[in-house]
Amino acid sequence: MKDTIESLRFRITKRFGTKTVLKDFGLEVRGRQFITFLGPSGCGKSTALNILAGLIPATDGDVWIDGERIDHLPPEKRGFGMVFQNYALFPHMTVYSNIAFGLQLQRRPAAEIRERVGQMLDLVQLPGFEERYPSQLSGGQQQRIAIARALVLHPRLLLLDEPLSNLDAKLRIEMRAEIKRLHTNLGLTSIYVTHDQTEALSLSDWVVVMRDGILMQAGTAQEIHDQPRNVFVADFMGFRNFFPVQVASVGPEGVVEGTGNGMRIRGRTRHALGPGAAAVAAIRPDDVQVGEHLGGPNAFHGKVDIVEYLGRENEVILTLEAGPRLWVHTPERVVPGESVMVVFPPEKVIFLPPDGEGVSA
Amino acid sequence: MRRARVGERSELDAMAMVCVLPSLLYVLVMFVYPFLYGIYMSLRPAKLLGFSLANYIVFFTDEWQYRTVWITFGIAVPNTIVVVSFALLLAYGMRRGIWLERTITTILVLPISLGVILLAEGILGFYGARGWFHQILLGLGVLKEPLVLTHNYIGVMLSLFMQQFPFCFLMLLGYVSGIDPSIENSARTLGAGPWTVFYKVMLPLMAPGIAIAFALVFVMSFGVFPSAILLGQPAGATRTIAIAAYQQAFEFYDMSYASAIAVVMGLFQLAGLLVIILLRRRMVMAATMGVGKR
Amino acid sequence: MRGRLWGLALYMFVLGFILNLLGIVSHVLVSSLAKRWFGTPLPTAFTTEWFAYAWSNFDLGRVLGVTIFIALAVVVLALILGFPAAYILARRNFRGKPLLLLLYFLPLLIPQMTYGIPLATTMYRYAIGGTVAGVILANLVPMVPLAVFILMPFFEQISMNLEWGAAMMGANRFQVFRRILLPLTVPGLLTAGVLILVNTVSNFELTFLVSGAGSQTLVVALFYNVFAGGVRPVYSVDAMAVMYMTTVMLLLLLALRFVRPTQMVFRLDQPQR
Repeated sequence: MKDTIESLRFRITKRFGTKTVLKDFGLEVRGRQFITFLGPSGCGKSTALNILAGLIPATDGDVWIDGERIDHLPPEKRGFGMVFQNYALFPHMTVYSNIAFGLQLQRRPAAEIRERVGQMLDLVQLPGFEERYPSQLSGGQQQRIAIARALVLHPRLLLLDEPLSNLDAKLRIEMRAEIKRLHTNLGLTSIYVTHDQTEALSLSDWVVVMRDGILMQAGTAQEIHDQPRNVFVADFMGFRNFFPVQVASVGPEGVVEGTGNGMRIRGRTRHALGPGAAAVAAIRPDDVQVGEHLGGPNAFHGKVDIVEYLGRENEVILTLEAGPRLWVHTPERVVPGESVMVVFPPEKVIFLPPDGEGVSA
Repeated sequence: MRRARVGERSELDAMAMVCVLPSLLYVLVMFVYPFLYGIYMSLRPAKLLGFSLANYIVFFTDEWQYRTVWITFGIAVPNTIVVVSFALLLAYGMRRGIWLERTITTILVLPISLGVILLAEGILGFYGARGWFHQILLGLGVLKEPLVLTHNYIGVMLSLFMQQFPFCFLMLLGYVSGIDPSIENSARTLGAGPWTVFYKVMLPLMAPGIAIAFALVFVMSFGVFPSAILLGQPAGATRTIAIAAYQQAFEFYDMSYASAIAVVMGLFQLAGLLVIILLRRRMVMAATMGVGKR
Repeated sequence: MRGRLWGLALYMFVLGFILNLLGIVSHVLVSSLAKRWFGTPLPTAFTTEWFAYAWSNFDLGRVLGVTIFIALAVVVLALILGFPAAYILARRNFRGKPLLLLLYFLPLLIPQMTYGIPLATTMYRYAIGGTVAGVILANLVPMVPLAVFILMPFFEQISMNLEWGAAMMGANRFQVFRRILLPLTVPGLLTAGVLILVNTVSNFELTFLVSGAGSQTLVVALFYNVFAGGVRPVYSVDAMAVMYMTTVMLLLLLALRFVRPTQMVFRLDQPQR
């Protein structure tokens, strides 16, 4: 198998008319990793992928692979594989012809083509599907064929554009594992575009969070999850509760305390927030503790407004005495109207710069 | 559109019948009946009693008449090939959107809706010996002496092209731009260059649309009538089969013979129509400006 | 680079076509305003008298009146006949529906010369050939199906639940029609109406075959004058052509408020695989 790439480096800007969809979006990563571009729709992640594939030209910038500049190459000369959101199988060709398409263009011997297509069908666990047409396959099967069609050419870089978003929830989880398995077994370098943070976290070695064409944060899945750099990434990563505060005191090892809305909140930060600075304290609904006899720092009173049963736990919306609303996930049974005590464990509270700041590539 | 499946209960109740009946009756009385009546008439020649194929025999043995079939083919076939090739080329080149789309399509709709009579009058002047076309080309020295572009075969072809090219282009543009661009993109990432993408991927996908376009343009050009009269030589080189039928009906008042010629014309068009009907499944009428016009 | 050249060539072709078209149309326009015009880039003297000449000599007031009357009558009748059929064809399934659709499709597909001759023959036999009523009836043959096919997608867009919802609230069929379907299909009726209007005004063949002296529409009268070229001054024929062109263009402007230009031709849908 042809070797995958060792390094990828790019910096691109893309404008459609007067609208800037990618603003100096750049990254440098090692090969053999699973890289995800994560962001809401319209953030430019698919545009970035299409530019890497060579399907649309960048307005400005360059793309380097293993020290070679490739952004002038047409897509067919780049040696990448791509999997599309809607599979994009050729409807007028059988499964066999779809997978063999690229090999035939390379004028491989017929015996080799037959063998490699067979191997691929085994790999995606659809042996014997050669003579079917795409319309005779389910969504999940079509996606497997699309993956096989890209992999059969031994691409040095595999690009996946929201490949799971057209599948139903159960199949999505199955295919997620499948993609991870293929990536690991084949030692590929993959770039994966998604708007689903669960998908991004479960698959990726390296996550790139984007918003409005700007890189918001890049890091390992755990870094992104635990240490979001700004309010946008935190919101995207499931921090539901945000409290605007003013930093009151700064301790060692990033411990900070802030006040706002009559609440005094303790947490930690990775940002250089001096006393008096405006900041936002954030905590996930899952990290809030609920009980009657809790105390210590970050303990607040609140009244339960709404309780939604989610199965394993309840989603509770309460109004804190100080005024703000709070979203909590708790297994505790509470009823609307009840007064409860909530505690934000200080190690779970992060302090971020106010929204709009803390953005840098 | 939903279609009834085998075994599905029919939803044609009394109310549905009442709703469909008026228009159905209209089509039956005003379209199907005259058609059948025409066939019946064509088999009852005026000078004979009873049924006879005499009209058809006369038509196919009289050179003055049967050569109209060749003349009509000689106009319809080249015209269809030229119109569809140009329209396809252009539609394919513009499948990813056109610059000034609304303006261009609006301008292209103009000749369709203005109709062939107005175009003919304009072509007579514009391409005539003293028209702007010759003034410019003679002035620039491109031509030494004026060409004869009207009142002959070329004039008919010109007007057919002006009328049918926009129609065919807009139809094919809709079809081609409806093909999912990611299919083409995936072919590119699999190593296919632009030319390979065209003939290995896009051409097979466009084939049904192209076939229907071919058939439609052919059927329309085979009935060419007013432009053959106004821009051609209706008594000679461009005496098409429609002219022959018209003359029998309204100059010689031999409705029986006229019907026979119309039936012959219809049979040749039927060949084209069959292609459409076989591929018709997904052909939808949005609205039709150009239908049935030449 | 090759792609750029290719794109440029395509636009040059379109530009050439449009210039041709503009040349053709403006020739008629300029000629109608010319006192005399012989081989010069523009006429040496201009006049508007040909319009007055055409108006009185070709009896255009009456022809225009007949044209408008015929077109409006065709619009109203086609909508009345087409509306219920479109509703059923959009909503119901029954055996033979594809056949019915094909039957409605044929008058639009078959060139009018082909069925126009037997139709005209039949109409003259029943003495309606040559009359205004005959022209209206003949034009309805393609226009009723056209109304059906334009209206069908509008009905398909209206959710069945709206009708069911109204029925649940106690509306009877007529009330559902009056209060739900009719208001919601107004855009469809406007689209269909305006397209039928343009089509009828510019429709030549059928009108030509069944009209008589008093039932000619503008386009047929224009044909006779172009055909008889030389009998009347060409400038007056062009003046008439301009009046016809103005009528169609006004209607087209109106039409383009409701439809996209691309909706004015057959639409071919992608086969669903």
